[in-house]
Amino acid sequence: MNAILSKLNSSELLGGKKGVLGLAVLAAVIFILLPLGVDIFRLNLVGKYLTYAFVAVSLVLLWGNGGILSLGQGIFFGLGGYGMAMFMKLEASDPVSTKIQTTPGIPDFMDWNQLTELPWFWEPFNSLPLTIAAILIIPALFAYIIGFAMFKRRVGGVYFAIITQAIALILSILIVGQQGLTGGVNGITDLKTMLGWDTRTDSAKYILYYVNGILLFGCILLSRYILTSKFGMLLLAMRDKEERVRFSGYDVSDFKIFIFCVAAMISAIGGAMFTLQVGFMSPSFVGIVPSIEMVIFCAVGGRISLIGAVYGTLLVNYGKTFFSETYPELWLFLMGGLFMAVVMFFPNGLAGLWDQHARKLKFMKRFYDDTPEPERFEPTLSAAKDTAEAAVAKKEKPAKVANMKGAKA
Amino acid sequence: MFDYSMAEIGNIVVMQGFSGLSMFTVLLLMALGLAIIFGQMGVINMAHGEFMAIGAYTTVMISKLAANYGFVNYYFIFAILIAFMLAFAVGYFIEFIMIRHLYKRPLDTLLATWGLSLVMQQIFRSTFGAKEVSAELPEWMLGSFKPTPDIDIPINGVFVMFLAIIVTAGVYLFMYRSRWGLRVRATVQNRVMAGAVGINTAKVDRMTFALGCGIAGIAGAAFTTIASTGPTTGTLYIVDSFMVVVFGGAASLMGTIASAFGIAQAQSILQFFMTSSMGKVSTLLVIVGILMMKPEGLFASKLRK
Repeated sequence: MNAILSKLNSSELLGGKKGVLGLAVLAAVIFILLPLGVDIFRLNLVGKYLTYAFVAVSLVLLWGNGGILSLGQGIFFGLGGYGMAMFMKLEASDPVSTKIQTTPGIPDFMDWNQLTELPWFWEPFNSLPLTIAAILIIPALFAYIIGFAMFKRRVGGVYFAIITQAIALILSILIVGQQGLTGGVNGITDLKTMLGWDTRTDSAKYILYYVNGILLFGCILLSRYILTSKFGMLLLAMRDKEERVRFSGYDVSDFKIFIFCVAAMISAIGGAMFTLQVGFMSPSFVGIVPSIEMVIFCAVGGRISLIGAVYGTLLVNYGKTFFSETYPELWLFLMGGLFMAVVMFFPNGLAGLWDQHARKLKFMKRFYDDTPEPERFEPTLSAAKDTAEAAVAKKEKPAKVANMKGAKA
Repeated sequence: MFDYSMAEIGNIVVMQGFSGLSMFTVLLLMALGLAIIFGQMGVINMAHGEFMAIGAYTTVMISKLAANYGFVNYYFIFAILIAFMLAFAVGYFIEFIMIRHLYKRPLDTLLATWGLSLVMQQIFRSTFGAKEVSAELPEWMLGSFKPTPDIDIPINGVFVMFLAIIVTAGVYLFMYRSRWGLRVRATVQNRVMAGAVGINTAKVDRMTFALGCGIAGIAGAAFTTIASTGPTTGTLYIVDSFMVVVFGGAASLMGTIASAFGIAQAQSILQFFMTSSMGKVSTLLVIVGILMMKPEGLFASKLRK
């Protein structure tokens, strides 16, 4: 037992001493501090934010470590969420409770849209096992198709971002447009029970919160396992020098498709948990805006840090709730400013800042190896560094800069 | 689709085709600016729609001024110029404080400019209110002419189309027939060599970005003649214009024109026969499908990498 523990401790799986500490602190915050510190209403909100953290974690895999920016993670979040919503809606629309409808036994919005029978693709969502399978498989399949079509043709970078964004737009328009099949712009609402279990009671909310937290930790551990394996090394190599990996004999596109599918599944789990905790699902969580917002959660937390992404999500959402309650005018300014500041000055987000400063603290020192961590963001950071250096130079030696400018002119 | 006689279908196609043309012109003007910024410089400017809104709000303000002082019939030409200059100036400023630090990280320009677009939207909302505002149109722009009794062609649409043709020609001349354009293309093709032969690449970048934004300002001025302007007007067009640029082949002017035309027409005609959302969905789906087959776009310039 001890041997296994020490092996776990030293192994890369948990990211060494530092990684274990990070996970332990996060676990303490999520499982102990927050449930004790806030009332059930706020805790439910935190639970909702944590479902976005799934997407942020998936983006750490995909974007921070794989260099693939998907602006369509909302698609997968939405697919997962809608899967769960369809199951719960079918359960809520049994023939007895919908007997005032023209066609009892189908969801209310279908009845309002003059549908007389359940569409075929709703049928599998009558059973929970099939629903759970669909929540995992459909997004992965969808991601596989998109990924296969694009990565095999070596479409990447900016083009991939724009096309995934267009797909997110298509899906959200489609959901809004097909009101009879999807509930339209209101989404699927009034979801109260799962297999007869009322998800709206306080105890159910606590249980769901913990299930959500455990699933999130599962996804973080899975992601860390992927990142520390040989595959993870290849992923990093692909991000930094794709051609070189290709010339070494690896099929880059297969790796990209795989990581895109994994990211889709993780996002979909988040979506399903969202529906369970919040009790509805609507197209406003599918389109362009939520997809980009989720990228920001990830960027604020630190695009290469799995744990940072969770904190980033919590922080941005807390800020959003706080400011839109008290100063709604200010919120968009702050959000926009945050975006720009993070991208320009802190490309590694909160996690990067923490790493920089924690290294210098006495009690933190033993968690860091003596060898300095290799700069993981070197090539892309150079631009920001230049400006940072320039800013420092300006502050310290204004005369010299002025001279240089004069010389240039 | 089958309840109409042939003559009626003909009329519908002409009229929808024409309403497609108005959309085409706005899309084209938006996409021209983007094609310069994205196609030439590789910067993803998500705030491009907000630059269009700058132009639109400028035009609306000037039209209100013109209505007060009674020169409604002539203000438009000033409005276009001022819209261009204002958007140009803001673009110049933004490039200086933000974009130039991000050239090496194209994906990050996307996020930073998205943040910028949020800020600009909120500025519009705080300044002009959340309601949509519309310009006082000059009298000669109202009304329509009828080549046959069944066909109505609005004059403002015709006007906007001429504007688009002039701007397109201007951009073409600028990019392919002027020293400036030569410098821009040289910088895009090989930045280091361009710098070595004495081109001030930083200055070229700034001017190029500002020019793209200025054209978006003109798009905004054109936009006021066919619709009303709100704080989020720009976001409605941003995905469409990106699709136009990517679909046409990022660095190709001809491709941008052709794909703007195709996309606008397809949407406009399909929207008549299907619901408006399905028309849009099917157009976008076809584009995404084609882009997956042919990622370099319709009119890609052939070059070795």
